Amino acid sequence: MRYYDKLVFELSETGRRGWTLPACAFPEVEVPAAVRRSEPLDLPEVSEVDVVRHYTNLSQMNFGVDTGFYPLGSCTMKYNPKINEEIAALPGFQALHPLQPASTVQGALEVYYEMDKALAAITGMSRFTFNPCAGAHGELTGLMVMRQYHMSRGDYGRVKVIVPDSAHGTNPASAAVCGLQVVEVKSLENGRIDVEALKPLLDDTVAGIMMTNPNTLGLFETHIREIASLVHAAGGLLYYDGANMNPLMGVVRPGDMGFDIMHLNLHKTFSTPHGGGGPGSGPVGVARHLERFLPTPRVIKRNDGSFDVEHDAAEAAGQVSGYLGNFGVILRAYAYILMLGKQNLRQVGRLSVLGANYIKECLKDAYKLPIGGVCKHEFVFDGLVNDGAREGVEGATTLDVAKRLLDFGFHAPTIYFPLLFHQALMIEPTETESKETLDAFIEVMHKIAAEAAEDPDILHNAPHGTPVRRPDETTAARNPILKYGD
Amino acid sequence: METFSYFPHTEGDVRAMLSRIGVSSLDELYGDVPEDCLFKGEFDLPDAMSELEVRRFFEGLQAKDVPVKVFAGAGVYDHYTPSVVPYILSRSEFLTAYTPYQCEISQGTLRYIFEYQSMICRLTGMDVSNASLYDGPTAAAEAMMMAMASAKKKTRVLLSEGLLPNVVKVVETYAKFHGVEIGHVTATDGQTSVEALRKELAAGDVAGVIVPSINKFGVIEDHAGFAEAVHEAKALLIEYCDASALAVVKTPAEWGADIAVGDGQSLGIPMSFGGPYVGFMAVKKEHLRKMPGRIVGQTVDRDGKRAFVLTLQAREQHIRREKATSNICSNQSLMALFVTVYTALMGPDGLRRVNALSSAGAHYLHDRLMETGLFEEAFPGKPFLKEFALKPRMGAAVLQQKLLDRGFFGAVQVADGVVTFCVTEKRTKEEIDALVSAVKEG
Repeated sequence: MRYYDKLVFELSETGRRGWTLPACAFPEVEVPAAVRRSEPLDLPEVSEVDVVRHYTNLSQMNFGVDTGFYPLGSCTMKYNPKINEEIAALPGFQALHPLQPASTVQGALEVYYEMDKALAAITGMSRFTFNPCAGAHGELTGLMVMRQYHMSRGDYGRVKVIVPDSAHGTNPASAAVCGLQVVEVKSLENGRIDVEALKPLLDDTVAGIMMTNPNTLGLFETHIREIASLVHAAGGLLYYDGANMNPLMGVVRPGDMGFDIMHLNLHKTFSTPHGGGGPGSGPVGVARHLERFLPTPRVIKRNDGSFDVEHDAAEAAGQVSGYLGNFGVILRAYAYILMLGKQNLRQVGRLSVLGANYIKECLKDAYKLPIGGVCKHEFVFDGLVNDGAREGVEGATTLDVAKRLLDFGFHAPTIYFPLLFHQALMIEPTETESKETLDAFIEVMHKIAAEAAEDPDILHNAPHGTPVRRPDETTAARNPILKYGD
Repeated sequence: METFSYFPHTEGDVRAMLSRIGVSSLDELYGDVPEDCLFKGEFDLPDAMSELEVRRFFEGLQAKDVPVKVFAGAGVYDHYTPSVVPYILSRSEFLTAYTPYQCEISQGTLRYIFEYQSMICRLTGMDVSNASLYDGPTAAAEAMMMAMASAKKKTRVLLSEGLLPNVVKVVETYAKFHGVEIGHVTATDGQTSVEALRKELAAGDVAGVIVPSINKFGVIEDHAGFAEAVHEAKALLIEYCDASALAVVKTPAEWGADIAVGDGQSLGIPMSFGGPYVGFMAVKKEHLRKMPGRIVGQTVDRDGKRAFVLTLQAREQHIRREKATSNICSNQSLMALFVTVYTALMGPDGLRRVNALSSAGAHYLHDRLMETGLFEEAFPGKPFLKEFALKPRMGAAVLQQKLLDRGFFGAVQVADGVVTFCVTEKRTKEEIDALVSAVKEG
């Protein structure tokens, strides 16, 4: 990667232009002075070729799944199929206004309806809403459905939600935004929820529990059925955080484990590109008895086989985003499901688990594996076995390992999460990586471990070959420069 | 095992990997899963398709949609997308990257987000912008929660009746679960009433007020005196804006707002049946620490080179966990790139030109429709840009269907007996004249 140091503002020259527009066929009208902008509009003035070169240069300082292996734990950085992009860009879909009458958008509504059925089949849930725009948005929506359910029964005292200490940070945050108090339940030494610690927490103030299974350590919660019975017996509901759905694809369905509400991340499990942080899509699925609490708008099928949109429903939790959903993302995910079909779907989870266990077994001699046994799609190391620390020499940390990996053309794993370990290094390979890629990664990880043992400074000073090296984050936060000209 | 193009494993690879792990089959990797959790049935899904079949399938679905000429706005605008924008967005270094956690190999993403933040600040006139939010309505909901987090002992947020209905619904939904009361400020004569606002503020329990810069009737609102009234009541003024129109109408900063939110869709993003779009939020600097979402900042690296990083993360959900006042984790990064590239191409003159063309077309349509004698003015004399409200004598539903039968989508009902039309630079004089003829037919 080559360092390129321009901002588009620095390319600007007065009078340059990157646009073309038709001549005006009508008398021009001025905005009345009382409501007209008087502040100058100081935006870049650049030519079309400037724009193309600038952003092409910027893109070359970026690393994506198409660039190389991206074993970022909990993020499921699988290959993003290219046919999906073409489907989402079909002009007949892109030109639809979201408020068009149902009679003119039957094809688009059918996409929603069929995606709902497909996700229901894959997860064992009954019905999905596609309104949420991201995973965290799905969590919030799912918790709204949970609260709406309790309130519909006049059960207003259920104000707590139980969250394991290994949970994604969004879980407690979503609960707080939804007006719920968070109660943390501890994990056992084997990384699973402590069922005995859970029992006393379950009373009539509990709205439900949020879990991801496998959990953030990549471990299957083996007591899930028992946990489901206990929570249900106490009148609570089970929420499934679908961020870790990938290893279960085609093998285990959240609905069959006893979950009542779940979200999926179409940008993880269903191959849609992450786009540098979005747009995603976080559809929420529910068991049959909760369908009526799903937010609106919703797509429905009429008796005559036509599709329509419900804008209001008496018991709905409300509305959580502007329209039906991030349609462009949903189209991509639907194309992926059709390419997989029922046959290949069965292999997604199995092959993702195969890759994770393979890396784990090959590297556990050099990196500390706090919890042994079979993992699912990901696992967590707790730093190096030999970090090279000795008299007068600081050992290499997980951050150092991550930065050193960049020199070898790999994206780093997720680091310092989950919070249960101090040197967490969380690796998720996904099913789209070949044995050759995994072997190359394993070899580099061994090489880095050997470097650490011999001379940790090689790691402390990494990365060596990237466009920038360990930017000063402390100064960035202390003296914020958040826009051009600050 | 049949091979599949997204899975690179040969049978030999699988065998070798299983043997290294020390298990004999893929299923054995699920040995810890209780038997009754395993799915043994057949998935109720179609058989795998080839790319060719998938393409045909979606072309078939697409053909079930009826093409219409769009004369509707209501928060989503049919502006032209220059070819450069989707071309840049399709670069896989941008498209297939995750959130820029490893800043050394994410300078591309971090730089365009920094440019995006700068552009949003210049459009809104505000001091700081975040890296984007999901969409306009959820950005308004975030602003509502931010106002609550900023105020002590306040219980209420006020919404103007001039806000788009989906903005109102989303804010009300978040408020209901977040434990915030919602009050409403009437919009008389097509404009949020400052008298009604003062009356509501007098109760002393208001944390924030959300008003539209251009309202659901298309009226460019005059917010003279709003900021004074709101600030006197120790509340925050939140302006809900159309990003494109900010090039020509008074900015949130000029109205004295504390927070600007809205949707960036009007900056050339395809309508795509409702998304993905991009919400924006920009605030005065004193509110920076309460602003939700990611923020990119400039710094230097070890060698003194200019570099960009995610910053001020102490505000964010993954640090604050249950103390968080927003659960926003990601942004709409790629759509922020969309807005950035579009705005870079258009520059100040291009943006003003888009607004001028749209506005001229809208005024032309307005005058032609009034000439038909089939409409009454909804709010005579009120200034509008690209969207305006009329009262059709034939009724909203009849009019909309009549237009639809002739291939136009317009006349969106926004209040009892009141519809709006919208014209962008994409509508030609021929199309506008044809729509007017369609109204007169029959």
